[in-house]
Amino acid sequence: MSFFDTLRTALRALRKNKMRAILTIIGVVIGIAAVTTIVSIGQGANRLVQGELQGLGTNVIFVTPGQKRERGVLRNDAPTLTEADADAIALECSAVRAVSPMIWTGGQVIFGNENWSPKEMVGVGPDFLQVRAWPLAAGSFFSEADMESSAKVCVIGQTLIGKLFRTTNPIGQTIRINNVPIRVIGILAKKGANMVGDDQDNLILMPQTTVRKRLVGDPLDNIHAIMVSARSMDQMHRASDQMRNLLLERHEIAPQEEPDFEVTDMEEVSSMLGIVTGTLTMMLSVIAGISLVVGGVGIMNIMLVSVTERTREIGIRMALGARGRDILWQFLIESIILSSIGGLIGLALGTALSMGATVVINTYKPGTEWPMVVSIPAALVAMGFAAIVGVFFGFYPARRASRLDPIDALRYE
Amino acid sequence: MALIELNDIGRTYDLGEVQVHALRSVTMQIEDGESIALVGPSGSGKSTLMNTLGCLDRPTRGSYRLAGEEIVTMTRDQRARIRNRQLGFVFQNFNLLNRTSALENVELPLMYGTKVSPRQRRDRAREVLDLVGLGDRYHHHPSQLSGGQQQRVAIARALVNRPSILMGDEPTGNLDTKTSREVIELFNRLNETEQITVILVTHDLNVARTARRTVAVRDGEIVVDTTDFAQAKAALESDESL
Repeated sequence: MSFFDTLRTALRALRKNKMRAILTIIGVVIGIAAVTTIVSIGQGANRLVQGELQGLGTNVIFVTPGQKRERGVLRNDAPTLTEADADAIALECSAVRAVSPMIWTGGQVIFGNENWSPKEMVGVGPDFLQVRAWPLAAGSFFSEADMESSAKVCVIGQTLIGKLFRTTNPIGQTIRINNVPIRVIGILAKKGANMVGDDQDNLILMPQTTVRKRLVGDPLDNIHAIMVSARSMDQMHRASDQMRNLLLERHEIAPQEEPDFEVTDMEEVSSMLGIVTGTLTMMLSVIAGISLVVGGVGIMNIMLVSVTERTREIGIRMALGARGRDILWQFLIESIILSSIGGLIGLALGTALSMGATVVINTYKPGTEWPMVVSIPAALVAMGFAAIVGVFFGFYPARRASRLDPIDALRYE
Repeated sequence: MALIELNDIGRTYDLGEVQVHALRSVTMQIEDGESIALVGPSGSGKSTLMNTLGCLDRPTRGSYRLAGEEIVTMTRDQRARIRNRQLGFVFQNFNLLNRTSALENVELPLMYGTKVSPRQRRDRAREVLDLVGLGDRYHHHPSQLSGGQQQRVAIARALVNRPSILMGDEPTGNLDTKTSREVIELFNRLNETEQITVILVTHDLNVARTARRTVAVRDGEIVVDTTDFAQAKAALESDESL
């Protein structure tokens, strides 16, 4: 029997039992919809995490102080990094695009009658914006000259405009930090909340020399961390390696010794977070997969009933010359049709559900921009899975039908 | 060479403790174009013989050559092919697919046979439906047809692949006398004008009478094989008196 004839025969048989076919399809719809929803929400979560990491700056690598043994005592917070280290990295590591030393401080900012404590007050280098891929909304950034003279200038995040300046144009205004007058020369572009929900615009940037000399009062040139961006995503590992080797040499660390710094690239962090979200998605998918199996068992059940009911028809077809494989295909295609229709509807429903979930999340948790992901591969996998369910659970009933003895089948009442 | 050559055919059903010998030893030949009635009391083995001839059942012993081909050693698929190409079946209870039009029922064997385009299939189905006198019932479903009409659809279906043999298993068993006569006349007409070999299983002597050769079966063996109907009738009646 030709494929087209088999298809037509199968469709006709299904049409004769519409209600039954629909109920069977619903079983598959639920399974596929559950899988699709969970996979696409999971991928959304993954995309969100990746997006956050991207937002941190492209290809960012952190160098932080590590353990240092001082008079037999291990210290985790030893100030082992210096401004000279940052300069050396910028000069000698070819895979590095931009470098910025980092010094954190805290305190109150006063302007006129207003005061505010920004979440972050950071001293950075002139290349900081390049490292973090963060444009300015207005004004200018610190120059090398500002660095050298520890100029009393700053660049503020968007949140501070509302808190301190209201309607005044902040650029050119002087604010006081810990009683030091500092002039605002630039405003950062709005960045929004990060994945934890923290406001990233609630910060103030100053030249690191200004923070160190005028606010912290540290006579040495120690810095808290070095933030680096690699030339490209592919260059991340090379950049990390170059920095590691350079710092090992500069800090005179023998091969058997523990280094007194740590190099963490965002790829590691991102793959770690990826594993977490991936595992969660996988777990939920398995649970959703179970409902797909239940749908499959539904198909099998109905197909077995159908084979029994149509034993006579099978006998007639065999008497007229149908071979076992003709009968096998007829029933197999019926179950594949059931599962494929279920798959298609399930896919549409799943997509709608995950869209709905995205809207709900974004509405009730302001600040997060959970991305909507409808991945074509996931859709194809879902469809393929539905077809496989049809074949897998349809095969046994179909084979049973194909192995019937024509005489027994004809006599069946 | 005869169309059908049965040589020492036996069929035993193994029911665990007992073995049922449906056919003990049957040897017969059927020539192309013959018209044969298989008669015998119920349980005589005539249906088993019919199923064997129709390649639906496989004998447990002996040799069955159909147009020179040995059937007994064939696979299931090969026998399905023979049923499709060489044989046409008509059953007592018509065995049409319900909720399916006459035309589509008749097309069915063509779907399982050689590749024929849907148009050719339809044309051929119309042709045989016209032949059995149902030219105005193409799109009726079995439930919308009388018993006689249903049986004629079944005959059309049996004829659609131009088989060399037409087999009827009690084809008039569910029909009234008048319709029976019409159906039997159709069989005879096909035998005479189309030269199709007709083999009918029946216990209706009026049906058997119209066949040119009568074969009486009892206890799994052929007891009478004659062209003289009176002789067959006598044998059957003596049988019943036992």
